[in-house]
Parts: sequence; structure tokens; C-alpha cells
Amino acid sequence: MAVNTDKNSYTIIFAVAMVLVVGSLLAFTASSLRPNIDENKRMEKQQNILYAMGVNENEGTGDIAFIGTDKVAEQFSKYITKQLVIENGVAKEDDKAYLIDIKKEQAKGKNGGTRRLPLFVGEKDGKTFYIAPIRGKGLWDAIWGYVALNKDMVVQGTFFDHAGETPGLGANIKQRYFMDDFYGEHLLTEAGVFKGISVAKGNNDPKNEIKDDYEVDALAGATITGDGVSAMIKKDLKLYLPYFKTLK
Amino acid sequence: MGLLSKKDAKLITDPLADNNPITIQVLGICSALAITAELKASLVMGIAVLFVLSVGNVVISLMRNIIPSKIRIIVQLIVVAALVIVVDQVLKAFAYELSKTLSVFVGLIITNCIIMGRFEAFALANGPWKSFLDGIGNALGYAVILIIVGFFRELLGSGTLFGIPVLGDPIEKTGVYAIGYENNGFMLMPPMALIVVGLIIWVQRSKNKALIED
Repeated sequence: MAVNTDKNSYTIIFAVAMVLVVGSLLAFTASSLRPNIDENKRMEKQQNILYAMGVNENEGTGDIAFIGTDKVAEQFSKYITKQLVIENGVAKEDDKAYLIDIKKEQAKGKNGGTRRLPLFVGEKDGKTFYIAPIRGKGLWDAIWGYVALNKDMVVQGTFFDHAGETPGLGANIKQRYFMDDFYGEHLLTEAGVFKGISVAKGNNDPKNEIKDDYEVDALAGATITGDGVSAMIKKDLKLYLPYFKTLK
Repeated sequence: MGLLSKKDAKLITDPLADNNPITIQVLGICSALAITAELKASLVMGIAVLFVLSVGNVVISLMRNIIPSKIRIIVQLIVVAALVIVVDQVLKAFAYELSKTLSVFVGLIITNCIIMGRFEAFALANGPWKSFLDGIGNALGYAVILIIVGFFRELLGSGTLFGIPVLGDPIEKTGVYAIGYENNGFMLMPPMALIVVGLIIWVQRSKNKALIED
């Protein structure tokens, strides 16, 4: 090559060209794929909400299996009878409630604004489920989930997910053996005070048979992720307490 | 390997053992520690690096005569980052489930020093075909170590392989747990990966004395 690649002018031109090429390539991919990605995310939310209330394709004790993407929209409208948005203690119906961005609402709450709280009411086999989204921090990145409760705030099912927890350690919050432990745990004391559920080391109950100790067994090597799960349950679900009191 | 000349074949076979990126060049240690607590994650990471390293090596090799040497590291970083992000976006749009599994690895791949190391040491000085083979070889060498470490950590730490219990049920006390065996939770901690890699290095060097530096 005849070009002198050591010259400053060449370096600058090269850098500018590189930035332009790579920048437009990324911008083009991102914007042309956006509709597909959004649609996938929307279906994922519906799958997650349904998963928490026990509408899924789990078999035996293996991995988690969602309702297929081909029928999720239809199942969602079948099982979720009401979508509520609670704002200032007033619950209003809104069939786009599942699209509310919890991260934005949390930021709003922090900055002194009023936070909108989505709540999904589901019916299955004669039972009513109240499914609330939660969101918090794990070790590396965000963690979030959906918790299905009955009207006494006893857990009927959970779903947890994460953006970047360590595979094999913190990422195991997405495993069935962890999520299933929450089933039947109480959030309220006998007197109706909100207590939450802690992911506890050494709770000496690995099979999680004691359901009223406000604890589930922790994951080995995932202390901070586990603490994050406890924290998001305590913080976010507590906000729904006034609404659940009106159900009695 | 009839397809490849002897020299080309060496590019693939050398990094598998005598010039292994992890045990000899000591590159890519941080991801080897981070994600080897289970075999499945090790395998996925191995495949992802195989793809990024072989394609990235070819791209850098094609650009090797026009990259200004003053900013070559930045250019290499941009190439890896762009490659990884484009692939991530495409997966998110067309294979959402798969992209969820891989998303954890995206950050780890970009910062994996094997990738930068091979760009710098090989692709900048060699043609695309050789660079491609070098990428495949080094990624396989990396994957082999990851899989060995993942195998031992998952087996001894959780009693499972690919998530399937192979030693019985630790809570119900069946299989080997019935005779008092316990999972070693310590194997799930990153320091144990370092020790397992250390043991591999020891075994390898005691078999091939030529690898020992003084």
C-alpha cells in the first residue's frame, strides 16, 4: 500500500470514517429491527405474567417452559380478566397496564412523583390471582419478576429474571427450584403487618416445608443476588398493601 | 487433515495443547473464572467466542494494511464491539429465547483478552485465511479448558452435569449422598476455577517438560 498510515491526517480521517461506518451500521440494525424486538418483548411480558399464575408448559421438574409465542396473546386475554393501574390509592382499569415500564415508575417515585402501580387480576380453576411486577438490583445488573398473590397476600407463584447475573450462581434465580420455593409463603403477619420474604442463608429448611417463616432457602454463591430478590419483594410489594386491604 | 497444509493445520492444533491461550498464554482467565460454574454456560461461551474470534480475525486481517498503528487497539475494540452488538440485535429480533441465554456473555466477549490478543498478535500480521484458522484454533483451545473446568466445578459443586443430577438427590439423600457425600459448595466460587486451571497447567507441564519456563 502506498498510503502512509503513520501520518496524523490519515489517522484522523481513518478514525472519522470508522466511526461513521460503524455508527450507521449499528443505527441501521437497531432501527430496522426495532419493531421485531418490541414485539418479542411484549410477548415475553405476557408469558412472564402468565407463568407467575401457573399458566405455563412446565413438565416434571425440568426447566421453565412458557406458553408458546403463537398462542400467548389469546391465553393472556383468556386468563387475565382485569388489568389495573393503582395511582394514589385509586385503582383504574387499563388494558395496556402490562406495558408500563417499572423502571421509569420507580424513578418517578424516587423523584417525588406519584408512581403508577400495575396489577393484573387472573382467574384460573376458580381461583383469583393478583399478579404484581417487581424490579430491583442484583449483583451486576437489574433483576425483576412477577409475583402472583391471593387476596391475603400469600404467594401463589413467582417468576424471576435477570439481565446479567453470573451463570450457575445468581442466574439460578430463574430456575424452577428457586421460584417454586416461594409458593405458599406469606407476606403478611397474622396481624396484617407487611413483612416480606427473605432469601436467607442457613434457614435450615432446604425443602422449604415451613411456609410461615418469611424465608426461603438461599442459592449457594449468590448472596448479593438473593439479597436483591428479598429487597425487591419487600420494597415493591409493600406498595400494594393498601389495595389488598380494600379487598377484605 | 487433507484439506489443510501442514502449516495451516498447526494453526488449529497448536492452541489446543502446546500453545493453549489459557494455560500457556494465560489470556482470557477472567471469563474462565466467571462462567465455568456450570457446563452449559462454558459450552455456550466457547461457541460464542469461536464465532466472534474467527470472524473478527478475518475482518482485522482484511483491514490490516489500512489500520493506522497509533489507534489500532481502538479500531480492534470497535470491530469486536460492533460485531457482538449486531449479532445480539439480530438474535433479539429473530431468536429471542437464544438471545436471552447469550445476553450475559456479550459483555464478557468484548472484554475477553484472547480476542484482542489474537487480533494484535496474529491477524494484524497475517492473511485472512490463516487468521480464520488461528481464530478457530484459539477459540477451541479456550473452549476445551472452559469445558474441563466447567465439568469439574458443576460435578463437584452441584452434583449435576448440564443441569441433570448425576450423583443422586442431595436433599432426599439418594445415590452417593446416601453414604454421606456432600456437594462442595466451594467449587461454585470463582477462586476454585483458578485452582482447577492451576491443576490443569500443572498436569500439562509435567507431561510436556518443554513447556516449563525457568
